[in-house]
Amino acid sequence: MKRLSLIVLSGIAAVALAACSHNPPPVTTPQQPNADSVAAAERARQDSIDRAAAEARAREETERQRQQRIADSLAALGHTTEAVRTMLATLIHFDYDKSNIRPEDASILDQKVAILQANPNLRIRVSGHCDERGSDEYNLALGNRRATATKQYLVSHGIEAARIETVSYGEERPLAQGHDEAAWAQNRRDEFEIVAGGDALRQP
Amino acid sequence: MALALAGVALLSVFPAVQRSAAQDSSAVDRGVRIGIIYRPGVRPGLVVLPGAAAPDSVRAIIARDLDLSDRFELITLPAGDSIRVSAAPLAGAGRPPAGGRGGAAAGLNYQLYQALGADFAVGLALVGDTTVLTVHDVAAGGVRREFRSRLPPLKDPEFRIAVHRLADHILEATLGVGGIAATRILFVMDGKVYAIDQDGADKRLVSSSDHQAMSPAWAPDGRRFSYMEFWSGHGQLFVQLVGPGKRQPVATTGQALDFTPAFSPDGKTLAFSRATEEGTDIYTVNIKDNCCLQRLTVGRFSDNLSPTYSPDGQRIAFVSTRPGLPQVYVMAADGTDQQLFAPFDYGVTGSSNAPDWSPDGQSVAFHRDVGGTLQVFVLDARTRAVRQLTSLGRNEDPTWAPDSRHVAFVSDRSGYRQLWIIDLETGRIRPLLQQSGARLPAWSPRIPETASSTP
Repeated sequence: MKRLSLIVLSGIAAVALAACSHNPPPVTTPQQPNADSVAAAERARQDSIDRAAAEARAREETERQRQQRIADSLAALGHTTEAVRTMLATLIHFDYDKSNIRPEDASILDQKVAILQANPNLRIRVSGHCDERGSDEYNLALGNRRATATKQYLVSHGIEAARIETVSYGEERPLAQGHDEAAWAQNRRDEFEIVAGGDALRQP
Repeated sequence: MALALAGVALLSVFPAVQRSAAQDSSAVDRGVRIGIIYRPGVRPGLVVLPGAAAPDSVRAIIARDLDLSDRFELITLPAGDSIRVSAAPLAGAGRPPAGGRGGAAAGLNYQLYQALGADFAVGLALVGDTTVLTVHDVAAGGVRREFRSRLPPLKDPEFRIAVHRLADHILEATLGVGGIAATRILFVMDGKVYAIDQDGADKRLVSSSDHQAMSPAWAPDGRRFSYMEFWSGHGQLFVQLVGPGKRQPVATTGQALDFTPAFSPDGKTLAFSRATEEGTDIYTVNIKDNCCLQRLTVGRFSDNLSPTYSPDGQRIAFVSTRPGLPQVYVMAADGTDQQLFAPFDYGVTGSSNAPDWSPDGQSVAFHRDVGGTLQVFVLDARTRAVRQLTSLGRNEDPTWAPDSRHVAFVSDRSGYRQLWIIDLETGRIRPLLQQSGARLPAWSPRIPETASSTP
């Protein structure tokens, strides 16, 4: 870019010089050059060089600002991706031995529907989890129901089924380690992770 | 002790009656009472004879196995020295048994041991590198059986299981029943599969990978076992050889969440649960030829899981959520004739899970939610009567011993979750290992002699 502006600059200077030489002074004999006119020509030449340099500087400044804007918007885009990812990862929770979506969690899933719609290449995996109170092996089936319930919700809101995988970890991967209702309530959940298409995410 | 002595008196008249009573208190022989009051719970007395010849560890392991069999009153000799003085030494331990009623030939003071309440006496001697096990019938006053075996050296991983086998020989020789000494229990701890001897010794890791493991299950031959591992959210089943530890992924599994494997009694088929978006259903796969996936249940709005075969291979008990909460159901092994197995009161009885069919086919153990905690229950497969086995703490995931009278399960009765063993005949209960976090136990069949005992 810099080289280009230099070429432009020298081009402009050449044009200015040519213009001067094609414009003979009115009151001087051609044989005897007028000192004033020479000086004027020289001044004009210098002015045009300065002007061209200033223009080039201005152009450079504009270019720099444009670059900055691109960089800023890229960073902004990154922030969006991060924000969308966080939104996407928001857990939903379940009642004991239940796999139906709680009304208060429906809005969280609606958000995920919007994200999936705004990012057509995004594919996710939903994993269902349980608390430690139920039977260990039954909890694998229950976790599967919880993941499937979420998938059904998303699909019924227009998301293509192939974009959502479901898995179950039963009670094998607790978030909270305690043995009380507070911990159990945290552990009865669906988790969401990005399988593909999550590099740059658009805000819905 | 009073009971034991009464038993001795009884046994001296009708030893056969006493033996059958010890095996199964419900099967009382009618017509042999003749003025004798039958007393269930009276067990034959057994004494493990002192003697310097056999290594202490062998004697100790056998005495402990006999105690843990819950079939004998083990008689501890008061002051060992005085007994030894009064009893004739085991001079002819290395000789062939005198057999029959020639008790004196074995050189044992039968009257003395009878007076102490012993019905059987077990002698151990080392002749060269051969361990000689002599089982005396004290009441009959003679040697009943003699076993000779060359035990592996003490440090050998085969050593303990070989000694356990001697203990099982004693049960066969005295009571005519199979023992549980030479058995192991698989369980899961920290996502890995471990094995432990039934007496709580020799805990060892048998399967360790980066993947979380669950639900170990023995093959009926005692040479292989199966279990599930999580592979990126899917459940992959493996069949592993006990000895070399080599494992094979089970064909067709691993694409979905496959779990709770269960071998058919002929060892050719593996039944398991598969969770898909349609729910969880029971499938079988031929593991002999690694083929032929079959779906046994179709429960679009219910889950079907945790299969367990009847020992004749004809039926499969399993868990189904078709009544709302999970309950124990049964079907033919091909998936037909599905019906409720363990009765329950709708809206009252809690969830029932984790069925395990006893090796004698008579019972199915499972656990059921009682007031927010889990308890082990036993279902009579014929009458379908259900009885609660435990009540203290949370008790779950029962697994039958090959004698169909001992059950191992997970309990937090001591404050943390660990494995316990209960004897259904005597009610005696003992912890299997003093360590928190053990779960999902699976009791082996009798470990065959040809199988390497190092899982």
